[in-house]
Amino acid sequence: MILWLRRNPGLAGILVLFAGLYLIYHMLHPRGFTSAVLIQNANESVAIAFVAMAQTVPVLARGLDLSVGAVMTLTGCIASVLVSGTPLEILGGMALTLIAGAAFGLINGLIVVQGRIPPIMATLASGAIAIGLALLIRPQPGGEVDGDLGWALTNSVWDFCDTYGLAQGGAAWWVRPFADLPVPLILLFGTACLVWLPFKRTLTGRTVYAVGSAEAAALASGLPVRRAQLSAYLLAGFFAGCAGLYLAIQTSTGNADTVQAGAYTLNSIAAVVLGGTALMGGRGGVIASILGAFVLRVISFYFRILDIDPLLQPLIEGLVLLLAVSAGAFAAFNVRNRLELMR
Amino acid sequence: MQAKDQPLLEMRGVSKSYGGVRALSEVNFSCHAGSTHGILGENGAGKSTLIKMIAGVLRPDAGEMFYRGQNVQFASAAEASAAGIVCMFQELSLIPDLSVADNICLLRPPRRFGLIDAKAQRQRAEALLARLHCEDLDPRALVRDLSLSRRQMVEIAKALAQEPQLLILDEATSALTRRDVETVYGLLGELRSQGVASLFISHRMAEVDALCDRLSVFRNGQHVESFAKGAKSEAEIVRLMIGRDVTAKFPPKADPVPRPVVMTVQDLSWEGRLKGLSFGLGKGEILGLGGLDGQGQKELLLALFGVLKAVRGRVEINGISGLPTSPYAAKTATTRLALVPEDRKSEGLMLALPIADNLVAAAMDRVARGGIIDRAALAATIAEGIARLQIKAGSPEDAVATLSGGNQQKVVIAKWLMIGPDIILLNDPTRGIDIGTKQEIYRMMRELADQGKSILFYSSDYAELSGCCDRVIVLYDGQVIRTLEGAAITDEALVSAALNIGQGAAA
Amino acid sequence: MNRVLSTLDRPVWIAFALTLAILCIGTVYTLTTTGTAPLLQPGYLLQQLQIGAFLGLCAMGMMLVILLGEIDLSLPWTLTAAAMVATAIGGPLAIPAALAVGLVVGLLNGFGVSVLRVPSMIFTLGMDTVLRGLMVAQTGGYAPQDQATPIMLWLAKGRVLGLPVALVLWVLLSIGMVFLLNRTVFGRALYAIGSKERAAYLSGIRTRRVVVAAFVLSSLCAAMAGVLLAGYSAKAYQGMGNAFLMPAIAAVVLGGTNILGGQGRYSGTLAGVILIVLLNSVLSIMQMPEAWRQIIYGLVIIGMLLIYRR
Repeated sequence: MILWLRRNPGLAGILVLFAGLYLIYHMLHPRGFTSAVLIQNANESVAIAFVAMAQTVPVLARGLDLSVGAVMTLTGCIASVLVSGTPLEILGGMALTLIAGAAFGLINGLIVVQGRIPPIMATLASGAIAIGLALLIRPQPGGEVDGDLGWALTNSVWDFCDTYGLAQGGAAWWVRPFADLPVPLILLFGTACLVWLPFKRTLTGRTVYAVGSAEAAALASGLPVRRAQLSAYLLAGFFAGCAGLYLAIQTSTGNADTVQAGAYTLNSIAAVVLGGTALMGGRGGVIASILGAFVLRVISFYFRILDIDPLLQPLIEGLVLLLAVSAGAFAAFNVRNRLELMR
Repeated sequence: MQAKDQPLLEMRGVSKSYGGVRALSEVNFSCHAGSTHGILGENGAGKSTLIKMIAGVLRPDAGEMFYRGQNVQFASAAEASAAGIVCMFQELSLIPDLSVADNICLLRPPRRFGLIDAKAQRQRAEALLARLHCEDLDPRALVRDLSLSRRQMVEIAKALAQEPQLLILDEATSALTRRDVETVYGLLGELRSQGVASLFISHRMAEVDALCDRLSVFRNGQHVESFAKGAKSEAEIVRLMIGRDVTAKFPPKADPVPRPVVMTVQDLSWEGRLKGLSFGLGKGEILGLGGLDGQGQKELLLALFGVLKAVRGRVEINGISGLPTSPYAAKTATTRLALVPEDRKSEGLMLALPIADNLVAAAMDRVARGGIIDRAALAATIAEGIARLQIKAGSPEDAVATLSGGNQQKVVIAKWLMIGPDIILLNDPTRGIDIGTKQEIYRMMRELADQGKSILFYSSDYAELSGCCDRVIVLYDGQVIRTLEGAAITDEALVSAALNIGQGAAA
Repeated sequence: MNRVLSTLDRPVWIAFALTLAILCIGTVYTLTTTGTAPLLQPGYLLQQLQIGAFLGLCAMGMMLVILLGEIDLSLPWTLTAAAMVATAIGGPLAIPAALAVGLVVGLLNGFGVSVLRVPSMIFTLGMDTVLRGLMVAQTGGYAPQDQATPIMLWLAKGRVLGLPVALVLWVLLSIGMVFLLNRTVFGRALYAIGSKERAAYLSGIRTRRVVVAAFVLSSLCAAMAGVLLAGYSAKAYQGMGNAFLMPAIAAVVLGGTNILGGQGRYSGTLAGVILIVLLNSVLSIMQMPEAWRQIIYGLVIIGMLLIYRR
């Protein structure tokens, strides 16, 4: 474990930072550590964590996806239309929402890979298209996502079982150890473990890292570079779709909010950088970005319990972000060969 | 009928053009299993294009390729490698951010349940590294943390992992230590006895001579001739390569005279790479930096040019003490310094910019007043630079990337000559350059020295050091371990000094 | 020589061709619906270009940093902060104060990017958040009540010799920009660093100074745009710069400047700005709903870049 962390300094750093911040938060919290607080925190963090995951994959392949926030908004609007009715309709609606996200990501990938347009421009433009589509679907905020589902997915495991009458309403012995865990966290890490970790261990996943690290070498070695780039954007769309779906379920509405979409995209980049993933690609990972997103959120939790003037919040958030990235930059002062700092 | 005589690989009438420029025309070429086949030619002769085609990176415009008697067309490097054709490119094909094991098993990693099996992969990597006597390499280390010579060994292990039938080595040994070169030689012999064919590309004649049993010479995109080793003398081969006679390879040296010292370096140290280095450089002297690759030569040049931070030691340049703090300070000091860096493509040139912009990049102050460029002076300076080094360029407005390697290096040198430097630092300026341009560079170095410029010259080619230098300091582990002067500079002395052995033999 | 020129000029011609096409489509639309052709009246076009000057200034500054291979995401709140400071201070010092804001922001951005070596995308993003925080804390989140000074109003809305002052200012600054890029050591250094920073540094170019200067100029342009926009609306307001970031980047890239740095012409950026401004005005004449505007906007950018790649 220690060896593994030493090999992943970025992940280790963000883990320590998050653990420290979250521990102090709970020590300062007037009610102390309770399951309710944990569930509330988890609910507020899941969407941004999914968006951070989405941003990470293209960044690893030395790309960028400025449409993640917009795709999240679009899929949220789609979910607000589809996710209701009979259980079968609900499941189908959720699947369609995720497919829509992945499909949008695939289109991004095709524009970048086949069209050879710089990712920053391609996804900036496709993000505008996604917002446009979202506005077409939901000119006004609204929609009715299934209420049971909303309750079940945003509370503890016990509530989930209770809602759907599973495992004796949550009383079964094998549920008890997890009964107080928040469902959103399980969904988040479940997705990461079932989608990202296996993907990382495929040839395509390895090629994502290789492309980000040295594209020419990856090509010369005969690695499936195009496939990797396409999958990177596809996964970004899929994870952004997860964020949109969750947001729609959580708020039980869809809202084509342009400002919110932009904020989520920018925060996703911040989370990725905080997680230690190199913007130049090749180094980092999705799990670290999730922790990066958590750190961003914990900072805003502090505002609540410390009773900071809400007018000061944007300023403090900005300063923390600047300080965090600048702190990482102090490594630059220790580099003794100035050439190593340059492209 | 005679299966043994059937070539492993045969190319018939293969041609390739890049935007109207013929890189290969109507080439017929074949090589046989169990043979080590050397490919010789100047830069731009078409060698790289040829091997890229064989390796599936490029597709020919015309002609056919037969592999094991089958007409083949590889759509990608992956297809060629699946057929057993494995290529080690001149520019390393390793992924810096992946581990050694990941790199070695890059294309066909061992899998379990469809996913990459990290443990089996590490074991396979360990086995291959052991075969190359590189047990010191940790398969879990990241390639970016390895030295250039270690990386090249990983590259070789990676090629072996693909179980090649036809192995292509493009300048594969240029960065290796002597010991590793021996290992690779042995390995090639072993592969040959197993029936593997090797195509070997190197600019080092001695290496080709030692390794290959058959040689093919290319010139201007055409296959000139193939013959068995020993069928032609070195002079004949060189003539085939450049299409004319080469008489004197190096310009005559100046008579040894006492030279006033321009620069003295004492106890120079940096980051454990330079460990108390001391020497002096005379006016009008060509001082060579010898030794194995990676003994601090590059760091020394960078330190003198103000690129490195926290360098300790005393340096005095024409009575002024202290190192420059930046390349800008180095080029604008009273005693002007210039550096021709190691990597032409990423450090010497701005490839996408026009030749003109590259030529004046260091001498902008000369053609500008108050930050505003004087167009007439600019044009005159550019024309002068192109003429002075006889750079073969269509228009100064063309991107410098369109030039051949040799002409690109001339642009780098011309850029620095424009500031009228007093001390010129050269970091392996002839690496990967054709013979013709090499000789022009040797001649120019001597002319500059005769004009009173001082030159500090690092080269990985010992023949160059012994042919060009008035004096050579040999570096070992960040220190000067021997100084050779005049007639004492021989290839043998350089080699033994570099290996830090045979004190008596060289004296 | 001709080959190089033509590949670099192609985006300019394509952008102008598309601009003409947009004008034609818009005119056909107005002719069929109302029977008039406002788009072809010089007065209307001049008015559009007057509004275009705000975006033009933003794109000018953005181009300088994009040529370096960097980006300046702090544009929105640099613009807003400068406008708010200008209106708050008022009097003759309003414009110098706004430019001082630009100078400080640019210096900080340049420091973060060239000395601390934080990727510009993330550092300028942080700077944008900090500026927003400062302005929100200062104004309480409401639009300040201060008014733009007369000289700001004149710059944004006045006319000289029948031409809008803002347009004249844009033209004069554009001439300066062309001179800066082509005829000064600084301009050539921008291209060199954007093309290959290591090579530029090893050629003895003082890369840090150039990078800082480029970010300072970029922020000054944004600040000046803020002054004009505050003059145009007679006051400063929250989020006034938000609508300028993406169009400014788009204009630069649609003009053929390489987003990775090192290549691009100012004439292209000019063409990109005019294209975006006219596209916006035709879409408003058509009363296109926001949803379709966004979609068309995205499709135009992707389509144009695909054409350039042919």
